[in-house]
Amino acid sequence: MDSWSYIIWIPLLPLITFVAIGLFESRLTEKISGLAGCVSMGISTFLSYCAAWQYFFISGKSEEVYRKIITLDFTWLKLSPSLSVEWGILLDPVSVMMLVVITTVSLMVFIYSTGYMHGERGFARYFSFLSLFSFSMISLVLATGIVQMYIFWELVGVSSFLLIGYYYDKPSAVSACKKAFIVTRFADLFFLIGILIISWYGSSLDIQTLIARLTDAGSPEFQAIKNETFLGFSVLSVALLMVFIGGAGKSAMFPLHIWLPDAMEGPTPVSALIHAATMVVAGVYLVARLFPVYAISAPDVLTVIAYIAALTSLFAAVIACTQFDIKRVLAYSTISQIGYMLMSLGVAGWGGDREFGFMASQFHLFTHAMFKALLFLCAGVVIHTIHSNYMQDMGGLWKKMPITNIAFLTGCLAIAGIPPFAGFFSKEDVLTAAFEHDKFIYTMALITAGLTAFYMFRLYFRIFHYGTTAHHHDAKEHFSIMLIPLGILSVLSLVTGFIPFSEFVTPSGKPFYYHMHFNLVAYAVIVSVAGIVIATLFFYRRSALPVALAGKMRVIYLAVYNKFYIDEIYLFVTKKIIFNCISRPAGWFDRHIIDGIFVNGTANATGRVSEEIKGLQSGNIRHYLWFFAASSVIIILLFLFIYQP
Amino acid sequence: MPAESNMLLAFIFIPLLTLLCLLAVKDLNRIRWISAAGMGLQLLNAIHLLVQFLIERSSGNLDPVLFEIQEEWYTAIRISLHFGVDGISVVMVVLTAIVTFAGIFASWTVSYWTKEFYFSLILLSMASFGFFISLDLFTLFFFYELAVIPMYLLIGIWGSGTKEYAAMKLTLMLMGGSALLMVGLLGLYFYSDPTGTNYTFDMLKIASVKIPIDAQRFFFPLIFVGFGIIGALFPLHTWSPDGHSAAPTAASMVHAGVLMKLGGYGCLKVATMLLPEAANEMSWIFIVLATAGVIYGAYTTIIQTDLKYINAYSSVSHCALVLLGICMLNRTAMTGAVLQMFSHGVMTALFFSLIGMIYERSHTRDITRMGGLLKVIPYLGTVYIIAGLCSLGLPGFSGFVAEITVFIGAFQNDDMFHRVATIIATTSIVVTAVYILRVVGIFLLGPVAHEEYHSLKDARWFERVATVTLLSAIVIVGIYPFWFSDMIYESLGGVVMNLGR
Repeated sequence: MDSWSYIIWIPLLPLITFVAIGLFESRLTEKISGLAGCVSMGISTFLSYCAAWQYFFISGKSEEVYRKIITLDFTWLKLSPSLSVEWGILLDPVSVMMLVVITTVSLMVFIYSTGYMHGERGFARYFSFLSLFSFSMISLVLATGIVQMYIFWELVGVSSFLLIGYYYDKPSAVSACKKAFIVTRFADLFFLIGILIISWYGSSLDIQTLIARLTDAGSPEFQAIKNETFLGFSVLSVALLMVFIGGAGKSAMFPLHIWLPDAMEGPTPVSALIHAATMVVAGVYLVARLFPVYAISAPDVLTVIAYIAALTSLFAAVIACTQFDIKRVLAYSTISQIGYMLMSLGVAGWGGDREFGFMASQFHLFTHAMFKALLFLCAGVVIHTIHSNYMQDMGGLWKKMPITNIAFLTGCLAIAGIPPFAGFFSKEDVLTAAFEHDKFIYTMALITAGLTAFYMFRLYFRIFHYGTTAHHHDAKEHFSIMLIPLGILSVLSLVTGFIPFSEFVTPSGKPFYYHMHFNLVAYAVIVSVAGIVIATLFFYRRSALPVALAGKMRVIYLAVYNKFYIDEIYLFVTKKIIFNCISRPAGWFDRHIIDGIFVNGTANATGRVSEEIKGLQSGNIRHYLWFFAASSVIIILLFLFIYQP
Repeated sequence: MPAESNMLLAFIFIPLLTLLCLLAVKDLNRIRWISAAGMGLQLLNAIHLLVQFLIERSSGNLDPVLFEIQEEWYTAIRISLHFGVDGISVVMVVLTAIVTFAGIFASWTVSYWTKEFYFSLILLSMASFGFFISLDLFTLFFFYELAVIPMYLLIGIWGSGTKEYAAMKLTLMLMGGSALLMVGLLGLYFYSDPTGTNYTFDMLKIASVKIPIDAQRFFFPLIFVGFGIIGALFPLHTWSPDGHSAAPTAASMVHAGVLMKLGGYGCLKVATMLLPEAANEMSWIFIVLATAGVIYGAYTTIIQTDLKYINAYSSVSHCALVLLGICMLNRTAMTGAVLQMFSHGVMTALFFSLIGMIYERSHTRDITRMGGLLKVIPYLGTVYIIAGLCSLGLPGFSGFVAEITVFIGAFQNDDMFHRVATIIATTSIVVTAVYILRVVGIFLLGPVAHEEYHSLKDARWFERVATVTLLSAIVIVGIYPFWFSDMIYESLGGVVMNLGR
């Protein structure tokens, strides 16, 4: 069996659903649109499992190496003899792995949404946008060309925008979706410039060709780009940094992370799918896709990535400890975990042991998608029941919502890295990779691990324990379709850690085998357990400790609570500088200088001149006679002057 | 005369016949339907032309222009009616047909002097058709002038706000452009034959003549600026915001959608193609102006609050991208420029038609006085958002295809000056996103601002016809750009060859 033609249906089915539901939105009932979404996504999921099976176990390998398979290829837009935008489908370990992640989480979210969104205005619209997102995300990971990737990169951005702004009559949702789109668009600008530079020097838009040319020190393209420098850096490094900035925007790396916490204004299942499991890891995917170029030709950029990611990861974990909106805590935790993935990519390299970091990042991406989606969906059930996002309104829910309680606890244990949950394995790999490369980064990552355990259990205890707080007495878990995905994802969060990832997903496609370092494992587990213990002391029951501690470190606490005032800095730049110092003067200049002085000025001058000279036509015969005589003399003199003999 | 040639003449005769029929009727409904039928026929004819053109090309016909037809008009100075089309003209003709057709339906509710209104509108579009298919510089100029005049009436009579001022300003500024153009075109005429005996206005003939460089240096800026004014060349763009905001819906649509394209088309096919040496030498001036226009237009849009001003200033930014693409003087960038002309034409027509429809309902164009309209008029709101997404260059719509082609093409020039200009121009994609989302956020999203908005009715059938027509064009080009782009790319052979001679 070596036919891959069915792959095209994996993205196509959600696309068809999007168009169909989108066109007949107003005429569709909830049942039909929900069912259509779930069924088409179900088939896609099934097909992508088939693809994964076929790729990893049957025909993906040749000579013990997973090869890259291109199953579709046509020219979409011919730009010049050497550059054309090709559309194709690329299968390699990373894209197949992503395919499985995206379709699995999508399917879970689709099923969950039929319950969560029940009775909402615009139910059909919700499912069409969700299908659009799945289509774009699947196509993004399957892309063969860099412009094709950029196209779907923009499309996932817009579907995220549409879904964050789903409650479009809520001002906070409107400003959140605007913010998300504009911040990521700003990052995409750098991605675009990166594409322009890389495609010009590599004279191709095909990713595999670019990789081949830009990693081969002997190729003319490589020579050209290596010899050119910009501000003292090689142009290749600059271009790759630009591409990374694009990725950092989508993946919410510092300082472009500000949109993600606000994006929680969207419906909770959307946050689970887009802002936790799939779209936000697009930046990781982007760096992984171009990894050979980074690792071989511009390792300096990888170091930058590692530091930015490690810092972001620590920074977000610190903020997460102080937030009260449960979705925001999860959002900061997502930023922190994506930081882990990018950090792990950043410390990786090409060939041999150094490929380990690459594998670890992909592994963490995979397990994180499962347990973070689980956590979000649990939070969704809680919010759906309590009708509030704030911890203050929760507490003591474990009795009333036993299933959610267990599922959420599973997610927390997984993200805290307690064996044998999935997060334990992937996080160990990430930490090991960091340890072997750079002790400073490792230290930051270790602190982050402790903080992660602390804030996750703070979250857990504040929701499900912490005494009982006043909330609706009728708050009770009903059996509904929403609990099914919770069950499935809980199981996945428990078992996916046992997948021997290094045998499947490696940068060069060569599987390798490894064993864990037990002393490193011990450190990480001890730190995590310590975090959990502190959280238990503080938050298992109502206690005065946290408040007292916050009071002692008031300045620091306030800075962290207000997210280091980064939003305010952005607001200052956009409102004060761009609006008031650029746009307003530009508008004024247009009205008063260009229009007022030049255009109207010319018109007024013409008017005035004609006003002045119209006095010449006085109708007075004596005046005319004078003019006649004077002009005749002047003309005759002129003639004599010009044609003097 | 082969049958295909009649196809081009039909572009003049169908509107002429429609005009004659209009003169004969009085009944309001008949006026509308005759206009709609005439322009519908014209649209079919345009599509037929497109198909025929593609068939000819795929059958291996490589003539630079197809379906040529030539009739002596005024033999004394060798003016002839010389028509013929290449890929670029075909794209422009299709654009004109689409926009005019939609314009007829968008002005279904014009309440007074309806016959005269449709008469002027169709005259305007006839002149544009004539312009795009002309191969004779004099005929070209004749149609250009013919297109500018009805605009004065359309704004002055059916306009709103400071319509007299706007109409006067628009017409005078464009006439100023014509004056420069006139000198430039006569210059071409008198240099069209080195021997000095057989002067000609024929563009194909002039293209093969190498005009002395001193003359080129003089005439190139005249022609480029002359056409540039109607293409909203910074800083001669200020007729556009006032003119468009005062004009009635359909006039804005046709003017921004089609007439502004006369500028780009002329800059490309007259200035650059006939005076290539000067273009190589002087394009940097216009690159500076166009880059300034892209950024300036975008930033100025951010603070506007009148829907029509917003669209007019964003048009300045988008049209500057057309000029930028042309000035980059390579095949890819110029392909992008033509695609951008098409894309901007359809998109801005869609915007103006929507603005007209929204204004009819809310009686204001000030976005700060509206809010939450998406909830009460979901169809119009959704289409506005789609147009906005096209404007900010979302893939899947025509805007993206055009922009990426211009940017990648522009980046092929490997010196610092062109690179920097390109990168500055690319930053506009962020600013565009800012103003589009700001506008959408203020007047479409959010809570419904006024109680009485709940009684608003969504789009009526003729409004749907107009918007769906334009929307389909945006989506089709966005998803299948290769039809157009290949056609344009091969038609640029002549220009590129001249530039490299």
